[in-house]
Amino acid sequence: MSPSILLLILLTLASFAYMQGKRRAFSLTGPEVGSSRLHSRPGYYGMLTALWCVLPPLIVFAFWMAFSDSILIAMAMKALPNSLQELSADQTNLLVNNLRNLIAGHVAARDIDPILQQVAEQYIGMERISQIALGVVMLVTAVFSMSYVYRRIRPEMRARNHVERIVQISLVLCSTIAILTTIGIVLSVLFESIRFFQQVPLTDFLFGLKWSPQMAMRADQAGSSGSFGAIPVLAGTFMISGIALAVAVPIGLMSAIYLSEYASSRVRAWAKPIMEILAGVPTVVYGFFAALVVAPFIRDSGELFGLNVSSESALAAGLVMGVMIIPFVSSLSDDVINAVPQAMRDGSYGLGATKSETILRVIVPAALPGIVGGVLLAASRAIGETMIVVMAAGLSANLTANPLQAVTTVTVQIVTLLVGDQEFDSPKTLVAFALGLLLFIVTLILNVIALYVVRRYREEYE
Amino acid sequence: MQAEKRETTMDRVSKGLARRYRRERWFRLFGLSAIVTSVCFIALLFVSIGANGWSAFQQTEVLLDIHFDKEQFDVDNLSTANYGALVKNSMQALFPDVTGRSDKRELNKLVSSGASYVLQKMVIKDTGIIGSTKKIWLPADDEVDMFLKGYISRDVAESARRLNDKQIGWIDQLVAEGRLEKKFNTIFFTAGDSREPELAGIRGAVAGSLFTLAVTLLLSFPIGVATAVYLEEFAPRNRWTDLVEVNINNLAAVPSIVFGLLGLAVFLNVFGMPRSAPLVGGLVLTLMTLPTIIIASRASLKSVPPSIREAALGVGASKMQAITHHILPLAMPGMMTGTIIGMAQALGETAPLLMIGMVAFIVDVPHGVTDPATVLPVQIYLWADSPERAFVERTSAAIMVLLGFLISMNAIAVFLRRKFERRW
Repeated sequence: MSPSILLLILLTLASFAYMQGKRRAFSLTGPEVGSSRLHSRPGYYGMLTALWCVLPPLIVFAFWMAFSDSILIAMAMKALPNSLQELSADQTNLLVNNLRNLIAGHVAARDIDPILQQVAEQYIGMERISQIALGVVMLVTAVFSMSYVYRRIRPEMRARNHVERIVQISLVLCSTIAILTTIGIVLSVLFESIRFFQQVPLTDFLFGLKWSPQMAMRADQAGSSGSFGAIPVLAGTFMISGIALAVAVPIGLMSAIYLSEYASSRVRAWAKPIMEILAGVPTVVYGFFAALVVAPFIRDSGELFGLNVSSESALAAGLVMGVMIIPFVSSLSDDVINAVPQAMRDGSYGLGATKSETILRVIVPAALPGIVGGVLLAASRAIGETMIVVMAAGLSANLTANPLQAVTTVTVQIVTLLVGDQEFDSPKTLVAFALGLLLFIVTLILNVIALYVVRRYREEYE
Repeated sequence: MQAEKRETTMDRVSKGLARRYRRERWFRLFGLSAIVTSVCFIALLFVSIGANGWSAFQQTEVLLDIHFDKEQFDVDNLSTANYGALVKNSMQALFPDVTGRSDKRELNKLVSSGASYVLQKMVIKDTGIIGSTKKIWLPADDEVDMFLKGYISRDVAESARRLNDKQIGWIDQLVAEGRLEKKFNTIFFTAGDSREPELAGIRGAVAGSLFTLAVTLLLSFPIGVATAVYLEEFAPRNRWTDLVEVNINNLAAVPSIVFGLLGLAVFLNVFGMPRSAPLVGGLVLTLMTLPTIIIASRASLKSVPPSIREAALGVGASKMQAITHHILPLAMPGMMTGTIIGMAQALGETAPLLMIGMVAFIVDVPHGVTDPATVLPVQIYLWADSPERAFVERTSAAIMVLLGFLISMNAIAVFLRRKFERRW
């Protein structure tokens, strides 16, 4: 009795309940009066019955899905002999893993430990029982609540109001998912970061100048002791984002100005979609392009000039990231420039200014808050960008101001640390969450500043 | 009498006019060049990817006379027969003067290691061919493929090449006999991932992407529309609603990798969901695309004129009825275009899916939402890291497939918007 079959049965039961509720509403009013004596349209009575038939079993189902696995594993572990029950947390985890593999049948026949096999068979038996129990409980709940509502159907019953209240509650629940997501992000990143800061002090992390997260596992192992200073990584992030903004802001702003002031509608008709294409290309493609075409090109032209260019230079990654951000700056600036009223432009032309003088002295100052807000949003996008830098920038944390060298960024380090196979508790992996917290806070601050700047300094025209 | 003329304002203005017009021209040129630069970037991107990738749609195959020797099949299980020996024997028959173990090994390297699996599938499908001799096109090794496509040059010194001169001689002989040709690369579309470039395909990644996108669509569209309807129609203007709105705007700007960290910490560690499954990927992508869909839906709900709502209420509908029967259907085109654009963004996402484990090397094609899978952008990322030269063209071809999907989704969104948009 798999869960999906149970859900299907529930659905058919719900449609049955709908028909029964509707028929009951009709039958209560008598043949000569018809449905005009009903408070709501007949469909609502059916819908009310169906909703009450479906919702309580779904709640039961949700609880079962969330907790059954852990309860069953706990019960199975209790059945183990005493010697195996007093193990450390890691070894218990290993045991549970082995148990799960046995249950799923992923172990070769000769490697099976007979004690564990027994427990696994017990687990499978208990799981079957719990699934049947789930089916029975769900059906009983469905039938019970359905008949409860069925009995209460009267012509004066305000079925529509009840149904609408249920729908409204579900709308509210959906809206809280956004808040739950933010809370989830903050809590999850914060929780793991606190575990990290218990092992490495906060000042070391924020102000340390050396980033080398390899920790020796044994006392005699050669290899650097872990140093988790985030400054080189942050410096790399800001350098690459700085290059990206240096590319994107002039090009984006100028193209927005040209498109809104100078271009004919024909040019605008094909130029805007092309800028949207720039925004729609996935960042993996940009990263591949940077690694395949841009980085070798920069290295070769650097060698022509006699410079020593790394093949994973910050310049390559920054250039391509700048190209990616151009649409952000361009479309946001375009909106604010178009919002400046025509009266200001007309006044300026009337005084004899050329178009460029109008733009530089009248329109851009008027639209400046919006443009600055757009640039800040683009900066936060650049800081949080992952794939371009993972594929085109390096892994070594250099604290350098030379864009021709390889640097690493916060996002690259997060990916590298979490995609490997280190244990989850060591500072090596937990530092990724600390970096994620740092990233989240920095982008949040940038967004808040952008919003504040736009809201506070925006000119209100009538 | 006035000996000198005083300078009038018009004179002063006329003196500076030429410079101002020149500056105006430069400014305009600057703006135009900005647009031209952006267009050139895109053109460069597409042209370089296309130039690298179009050759991946052809694969070199070698025509061998395979004799299904009865002696090799004298085993209980057909799948354990030595199919590699069949291939080796037929290569030996084509080049009878090749002796010496290292020479023979280099000769056999010209055929892909997956050739024996092709033969295995043929025999299992139809055991009647045992004992006969058939001419079969088998995939050649990726080095041969690269040589025929011109990426390995003859002019380079032998020690700097992946194929030595003897192998090139044999290749030339095969080409002269018409036994080595480039055919359409069906393996690219029908096979899952592989370490050998000539056997690698995008089918597993495309299936994984479809499952993930299906989960994302099923979850994000109802929740997004419900939230937009609530915020737009029902929510009272108080602090709580402001908080929700600020939250949604913030979430739209959070870096995607932070969503991956959320998925790792909550979905994998706390809820214990299967790693690298499209279900978890779909959940993470839902959280990412919700703000996009909510913002687009709110905009389209705002664009419905209030007269429609008031007319419905005036005829006696309740607020919920007015919304579900009148406003929502009219706002639906805008919501659908917003959803399609959100889905197109989700299709290209890589970073959060890396965090939840979709970076594993998965060979099988997934059949359900809980099977381990990978998605097309992650496949591109993995192939971009591989050292074999043949993977460069395959990565570019996979990028072309991905861009094809994205362009068609965006075109459908634009088409729907043009067709169903109403100007009130």
